[in-house]
Amino acid sequence: MSVAVDLATLWAFIIALAVFIYVVMDGFDLGLGILFPLFPGKHDRDVITNTVAPVWDGNETWLVLGGGGLMAAFPLAYSVLLPALYAPLIAMLVGLIFRGVAFEFRWRTRAQRNLWDIAFAGGSWVAALAQGIALGAILQGVHVEGRHYAGGWWDWLTPFSILTGVSLVTGYALLGATWLILKTEGDLRDKAYRISWVLLFMMLLAIAAVSLATPLLTIQYAQRWFSWPAIVLTAPVPLAVIGVTVLLMKNLAQKHDVWPFVLALALFFLSYAGLGISMYPYIVPQSITIWQAAAPERSQLIMLPGVLVLVPLILGYTAWAYWVFRGKVGHDAGYH
Amino acid sequence: MFGLDAVELARAQFAFTVTFHIIFPAFSIGLASYLAVLEALWLWTGRDVYLNVFNYWLKIFAIAFAMGVVSGIVMSYQFGTNWSVYSDKVGPVIGPLMAYEVLTAFFLEAGFLGVMLFGLKRVGPKLHFLATLMVAVGTLISAFWILSANSWMQTPAGYAVNADGQFVSVDWLKVIFNPSFPYRLVHMVLAAYLTTSLVVGAVGAWHLLRNPHLPGPRVMFSMAMWMAALVAPLQILVGDQHGLNTLEHQPVKIMAMEGHFESHKDGAPLYLFGWPDQEKGELKYALGIPKFGSLILKHQIDAPMAGLDTVPRQDWPPVPITFWSFRIMVGLGMLMLALGLFSLWERWRGRLYINRGLHRFAIAMGPAGFIAVMAGWITTETGRQPFTVYGLLRTADSVSPLAAPAVGTSLLAFIIVYFIIFAAGVAYILRLMAEPPHPGERGPSSEPPIRTAGVTPAAGVVQGAGS
Repeated sequence: MSVAVDLATLWAFIIALAVFIYVVMDGFDLGLGILFPLFPGKHDRDVITNTVAPVWDGNETWLVLGGGGLMAAFPLAYSVLLPALYAPLIAMLVGLIFRGVAFEFRWRTRAQRNLWDIAFAGGSWVAALAQGIALGAILQGVHVEGRHYAGGWWDWLTPFSILTGVSLVTGYALLGATWLILKTEGDLRDKAYRISWVLLFMMLLAIAAVSLATPLLTIQYAQRWFSWPAIVLTAPVPLAVIGVTVLLMKNLAQKHDVWPFVLALALFFLSYAGLGISMYPYIVPQSITIWQAAAPERSQLIMLPGVLVLVPLILGYTAWAYWVFRGKVGHDAGYH
Repeated sequence: MFGLDAVELARAQFAFTVTFHIIFPAFSIGLASYLAVLEALWLWTGRDVYLNVFNYWLKIFAIAFAMGVVSGIVMSYQFGTNWSVYSDKVGPVIGPLMAYEVLTAFFLEAGFLGVMLFGLKRVGPKLHFLATLMVAVGTLISAFWILSANSWMQTPAGYAVNADGQFVSVDWLKVIFNPSFPYRLVHMVLAAYLTTSLVVGAVGAWHLLRNPHLPGPRVMFSMAMWMAALVAPLQILVGDQHGLNTLEHQPVKIMAMEGHFESHKDGAPLYLFGWPDQEKGELKYALGIPKFGSLILKHQIDAPMAGLDTVPRQDWPPVPITFWSFRIMVGLGMLMLALGLFSLWERWRGRLYINRGLHRFAIAMGPAGFIAVMAGWITTETGRQPFTVYGLLRTADSVSPLAAPAVGTSLLAFIIVYFIIFAAGVAYILRLMAEPPHPGERGPSSEPPIRTAGVTPAAGVVQGAGS
């Protein structure tokens, strides 16, 4: 069964990659919605939505791949986790519906534009918070019996999951603010710098809080992070976080255009890697490993060529779309 | 909640969200192809009217597509939230098909949509046409995979069951090209094309009633009526073939569609109307043509046909819904055929753009495609009950271990949210449709134009990019 073992690990990486690409790409455009209340002016809001209008659809598609891929490659995990995360997932879907249609609707009405702006901001907040809560709920483990979720429908709600929820909102907002630095100019960009400073400190606080709280959840997480020799592998992660933070501060101070966004992404990557270290090889922490949840070999095999050929292709034409709409967004691009 | 148990609530939720969702793909599959044809005509002939009509429908496409995307995300998670046992058992077969749909279709559509909507000026007409084409092809690839997945649940093939009780593939080609798939795919794609042509035709007719000389509405109406005249008869033929395929693989569904509670040894009637009584197992007030059912379904006037009396009660689908939704679909299909033939006749007489009766008929038929698509799906999905995987996995055994209040609350949330979204989206689309396409019509990269003199100032920009 060595082939199956390798396949399951490979698929765990593929799903993790899809989720990470989703977090990175939809993260900054959800972040824009989170920051919307700070930019009450119509012109600012038009520019902000224009920076992502051509690409948000593609960004959200990674979420569908994450969900669909999980069902295909790890059906057991999909069927245990989704009922466990029922309420946050429904809230996330409703949030995504509102903010998604708001992109189109706010241009089609003058009278109700404010309402759709509220829908855009509110939907982004709810979706981000729900995703963070879902993450925390997975990390703290869910109650499994046999092949089913056996907990109640409020089990996800704990101080820890609220902490991860708020943390993700903060992180997305930081991505959004640094994205605005990259894509806008003038007063809007200046404001984005100021907001980025505040959010960076909040994000560091959030990373510290989640990092300290996670090992307290179970002894396994603590051993994973602090036991010898694992610590040789895990210690570089917090050290890298410190390094990236210093660089990010330097670039914010120097008012660099591109680097703040890239470094904010790096912070996300490190946090994400930290999560991976905590969870592996479990897909439902403490209950189901990736090998137990893996779909039959034939199912994982049939999708492999698709992923190996198509994902690079997708990344290619997605990059092209970003390239087409590169540069600062002023008054005259996208919707206006 | 609502006096329903968790299974019924989960079913209600799936029925509601999928019915809402199918409206948008049914429209955007057809509209994406129509937009590609319009842009090709514009590139080929250089006539501005094609670009104007293209930009006009592009704005409507943007709204419909966004609503399709967000309601589609709900579907991809609902399998897990409400139907977790189904997902665990069927995921190894259905999951890869859906993953391929995401990889080959959703990304293609979403990746090129931005360029299609906003990029004409930036990439030039040739690359822009490529983007439009990719979006159109993406919608068709998406239809391919999702209908394959749905058809497998109706007519499972190429599978085995493993020790964990999961369905696993033994032959992927047999899974993908399962017996009902080709029929369902052609039937649905044609339905999407018909739906779009009826909407486009209705909008064209609406403006022709006011002014029969407007170039944009004339182009729309003429193209739409060609489509209706050609596709409506084809669709009826395909529908008949699909029915024969269903008779072979899901005979119980046909019994419900036809209202055949009792078996007929020598020739079954074709019931036109009647009131199916599920409890008593009889069709009340039946009005039918003797022997005609056997003629249509078996192509033999005296062919014996089994009825629901040969099937155990617990395997009966809900007959009244199946019976009536089927009649609604067929009735609307006949009206579409009538519209197509009427338009051909008036075209031949040179009165296509001036016959007000034809225009009024076309306007009345504007929503007919949506209703027929929904009725058709309700027929096929209700008719395969009480199974999620036909004959193998019962709906009641597929559901998540959730309490009724959880499912009821989320159902309520979806109903409220969808009605808000739907009302707003339809209102905005109708508002766009209320104006005819203008010379120099702009794409989605503009607010609703402030109409002062009919021609908007930015007209030259887009046209400049194209010439």
